Amino acid sequence: MLLSMQGICKSFNGIPALRAASLEVGEAEVMALVGQNGAGKSTLIKILTGAYRRDEGAVAFAGEDVSFSMPAESQARGIATIYQEINLAPQRSVAENIYLSREPRRFGLIDRSAMRERAAAVLRTFNLEIDVDQPVAGFSAATRQMVAIARAVTQKARLVIMDEPTSSLDEREVAILFDTIRTLKRGGVSVVFIGHRLDELYRICDKVTIMRDGKTVATAAMADMPKLALVRHMLGKELAAFEAIAKDADEGERRPVRLSVENAGAGVRVRNVSLTVREGEISGLAGLLGSGRTETANLIFGADRLQRGEIRFDGEVRSYRQPADAIADGIGLVAEDRKVDGIIPDMSIRENMTLALLPKLARAGIVDRARQDEIVARYVTALGIKCTSPDQPIKELSGGNQQKVLLGRWLCTDPKLLIVDEPTRGIDIGAKSEILRLLRRLADEGLGVLMISSELEELLAAADRVTVLSDGTSVAVLPRRELSEAALFAAMAHQVE
Amino acid sequence: MTTIETQATATAVPSGKRFFTLAGRYGTVAAFLALILFNVVFTPNFLSLQTLNVNLTQVATIVIVAIGMTLVIATGGIDLSVGSLMAIGGALAPMIFMGTLFPVSSMPAAVALAFVLPVVATGLLGLFNGLLVTRFAIQPIIATLVLFIAGRGIAQVMTNGNLQVFRNEGFQFIALGRVAGIPAQVILMIAIAAIAWAAIRYTMFGRQIIAVGGNEKAARLTGIPVHRVKLLVYMISGALAGVAGLIVVARNSASDANLVGLGMELDAIAAVAVGGTLLTGGRANIVGTVIGALVIQLVRYTLLANGVPDAAALIVKAALILLAVFIQQRAGKS
Amino acid sequence: MNPLLKALTLKSPGDMARLGVILALFGLILFGALRYENFLSQYNILSFLRYNSMFALIALGMAFVIMTGGIDLSVGGTAAMASVVAALLSPYHWAAGLFGGIAAGLAVGALNGFTVTVMRIQPFIATLATMLAAYGTGLLLAGNQSVSVSYDSGFTAIGQDDFLGFPIPAWIALLVYVAGWLVLERLPVGRHVLAIGDGEATAALMGLKVRRTLAAVYIGSGALAGLAGVILASQFGAGQPTEGVGWELFAIASVVVGGTLLTGGSGSVGATLAGALLLAMVFNILNFENGLGWISLSAYWQSVIRGGFLLIVVVLQARLMSRRTGEERV
Repeated sequence: MLLSMQGICKSFNGIPALRAASLEVGEAEVMALVGQNGAGKSTLIKILTGAYRRDEGAVAFAGEDVSFSMPAESQARGIATIYQEINLAPQRSVAENIYLSREPRRFGLIDRSAMRERAAAVLRTFNLEIDVDQPVAGFSAATRQMVAIARAVTQKARLVIMDEPTSSLDEREVAILFDTIRTLKRGGVSVVFIGHRLDELYRICDKVTIMRDGKTVATAAMADMPKLALVRHMLGKELAAFEAIAKDADEGERRPVRLSVENAGAGVRVRNVSLTVREGEISGLAGLLGSGRTETANLIFGADRLQRGEIRFDGEVRSYRQPADAIADGIGLVAEDRKVDGIIPDMSIRENMTLALLPKLARAGIVDRARQDEIVARYVTALGIKCTSPDQPIKELSGGNQQKVLLGRWLCTDPKLLIVDEPTRGIDIGAKSEILRLLRRLADEGLGVLMISSELEELLAAADRVTVLSDGTSVAVLPRRELSEAALFAAMAHQVE
Repeated sequence: MTTIETQATATAVPSGKRFFTLAGRYGTVAAFLALILFNVVFTPNFLSLQTLNVNLTQVATIVIVAIGMTLVIATGGIDLSVGSLMAIGGALAPMIFMGTLFPVSSMPAAVALAFVLPVVATGLLGLFNGLLVTRFAIQPIIATLVLFIAGRGIAQVMTNGNLQVFRNEGFQFIALGRVAGIPAQVILMIAIAAIAWAAIRYTMFGRQIIAVGGNEKAARLTGIPVHRVKLLVYMISGALAGVAGLIVVARNSASDANLVGLGMELDAIAAVAVGGTLLTGGRANIVGTVIGALVIQLVRYTLLANGVPDAAALIVKAALILLAVFIQQRAGKS
Repeated sequence: MNPLLKALTLKSPGDMARLGVILALFGLILFGALRYENFLSQYNILSFLRYNSMFALIALGMAFVIMTGGIDLSVGGTAAMASVVAALLSPYHWAAGLFGGIAAGLAVGALNGFTVTVMRIQPFIATLATMLAAYGTGLLLAGNQSVSVSYDSGFTAIGQDDFLGFPIPAWIALLVYVAGWLVLERLPVGRHVLAIGDGEATAALMGLKVRRTLAAVYIGSGALAGLAGVILASQFGAGQPTEGVGWELFAIASVVVGGTLLTGGSGSVGATLAGALLLAMVFNILNFENGLGWISLSAYWQSVIRGGFLLIVVVLQARLMSRRTGEERV
């Protein structure tokens, strides 16, 4: 056994991120590490590399108990991490990136020809013939990854951790990467492969470790773990938590279509997505991590430009150049990442809530403070936002209350369509069902809701229809009457071949 | 996607954190009061109307420029060109009422134009800064560096580097005149500060500025016209620099393109930093900026009045800036 | 591919910009040589080199700072202060003046390094403040007036004498540039400077000593500004506490015109020199043009023209950068 992590626990500010997680990797073994967002994969890896310190548990590497306090220490012991882009200096040459901080020297000066030759030699073992004097920024993502791997190899890495290495690669590049992984394996190096595309995991990995809610829920040889079982382990099933609040099956189909997206695409993340949202319904959008859900939402909202296909709103073809255009049509977006795309941390609850409404609140540029206060007070009450006063900075609120403020931000604009991206992420269970009930109530009042969620139980409980995305493509639309745990699992496990 | 985080840094002791928070919040006011107290005790004749007037007139131009700077910094930017724009405004005005630029038929009209045109011109140059920042996505430091270098040159070329000496009561009212015994420039300063304060507090524009600086991406996602907001703040900063330029030349009865506004960008940034506005954006403390400018002025005055050379005052100012920014950053983190 | 062709292949937007500045420099020299009788006269060339060497020195230090993604606004004040220190020490020995001035620059550089890496203050604010402090210290030491250097200790030779037919300041600059090239291209630390400019977090993860390298870069910039101050004092016979205003901008403009991206991570010693010479030559040509009597452009045009240069270059850089990131996105 090369690596053994047992009973790892870690809490942040009292909130547990890992509760007795484990990971075991053998010599020359490719281990898949899978789990939903927030399952604890990254935390576990960061504890391994020394970026975080564990609260409890034991880590043994190459037969010795270890406790790294910084990434440099784990690197020195032979653990290399390949992130998607970030760990290369883009403007430096390939050779320099491989040898940075360990440059071959002669008389104190960098021996450039030796560096060049050695770099080329390492890359040749991966069947890669490139000009090592070129800056890495000019190469494809796959080649850059190979360079990062070559760096790891020259550092005598025994365990290489790859974090979603295929997420920005095309099919041919994936094949090259997998060849590289096989080369590593032949050389006695082990790999931890964090990924979400199931068919890829089955192609390259020997074993799989599945995490959920900070725990390791299953470990098995890849061959012994059918796809469906894997998805089931990843998503879990704690359906009892939510009462079913979806509509009667047939009623929804007769309502007018509010939003229809046809064969939409942009870049590589959204390939071909079609979906509809009707007036007064909650339309669900499901899919594993990296399937293009958030990117689809950004397209609809005008935050990214549509390159292919068509978006119709209330029957008319629309092409939004910026969010302001979509907002003018009555669309709101509660973004997935509250901190990055949602809150203005230092501003008060009042100002955060009324940002999108400002043009309507102001007369001659001056904000009607009385109306603002009245609206904020109404939504603070209606949404049950717990705060000391509307003047409190939003950053001081809990996640659930922040989310309610952001919901309020759009509700007060009286929207026709509300896109909610992971509306209950990072929120405690009580607040979760509260937010779902709220969305239901709004839909009953006529609002169209597009709800993106990776929690199946949420979709099952609240959605009137679910569109399933896989690899940027909508692969299934499940109407309410066909909606079941099994059907969703099956659709999500589907991979575009 | 996993983001790299460097090793979690050891958190400071809570009491230290609170110290920085308190210092960040009340430090400037405390320093201001301490300076006044010190002067009351040690500086002869400090409590006189004349001392007040001297200090207020000295600080007026800094405050006016610093208010524009506060708005720019609140959006997460910076404007290094203000000093040069002051020189342009200051060079342009006398050329208008002295008839160097075009023949003057009626003096009142010429004086009116001498107030308006320079401010419009510097406002447009500010707009140019804004365009570089928004349309071309150039970092604000560099974008405004262009006019920092070229702006003073433009003013010098316009005047051929010559000193323009003049005497024009109408125009100079802006600096030498008094209303109810209060110097006109002080009234102007108070008015501008009050408008800016009210704009931040009561208007949509004010909220948009803070939102853009607080989280530009989120601001865009709520439909705020981020580019337009930035263009406007740079334009305002340019226009206010123009106003300050007018005051300086009117006060001196002379316009020297080599000297007007020299080093003003530093004083303005210092006033903003000392006044408690985070240099990273997302806050605009107008009252703080005014007090910050007063503190800087009072420090200089105190040192001079007590026989410390001007040069030493520079060193004190440098230390003040570093300390203020350091405390603000620490306080901002908690 | 044959080696010559390979050497000519442009690898990055920075390369294109650097090629541009070298071509522009040759173009300007050609223009001057054809248009003005005495442009390539020994007198003009030597006095051009003598006067502009100190600016070239400051530009080199600035180039390294900018390559890390930082900026050093204190160089002008540092040079002024160093000129005063050098002048004050020059009566003791020429070397006292020389090394005293450099040490003064080093001290300011060390302060910059401390404020940037330990206090974690943004470089432009930190160096803006130290610029004030440097001017203040210089003025205090000099008693608010210029300080005459000693003419007996041989100190004035540093700035005024020739060696093998070339001005000593030009030799100093040449030596420093060769050293700078060696550091950037052939020493690990030079590559680390560039890698840090590419991304500090990444550089730290790759095991580079980020803080130490950053501090060294600011100290180096300070030392070169100090050296420039020594030359200033020696050349003009006095330590000048109010000189140096706007030097930082000249240096930044040289570096930028020399194709170094302001976002850090790229840069070239040779092109920085070309950038500094190019901007200096604008002034030189302006003088000749006025001499011809066709037009009378005042000296004030030089800052307008420099600003214009800077504008063109940063806009082009922004365009190149956005095109590159655009490509990466697809």
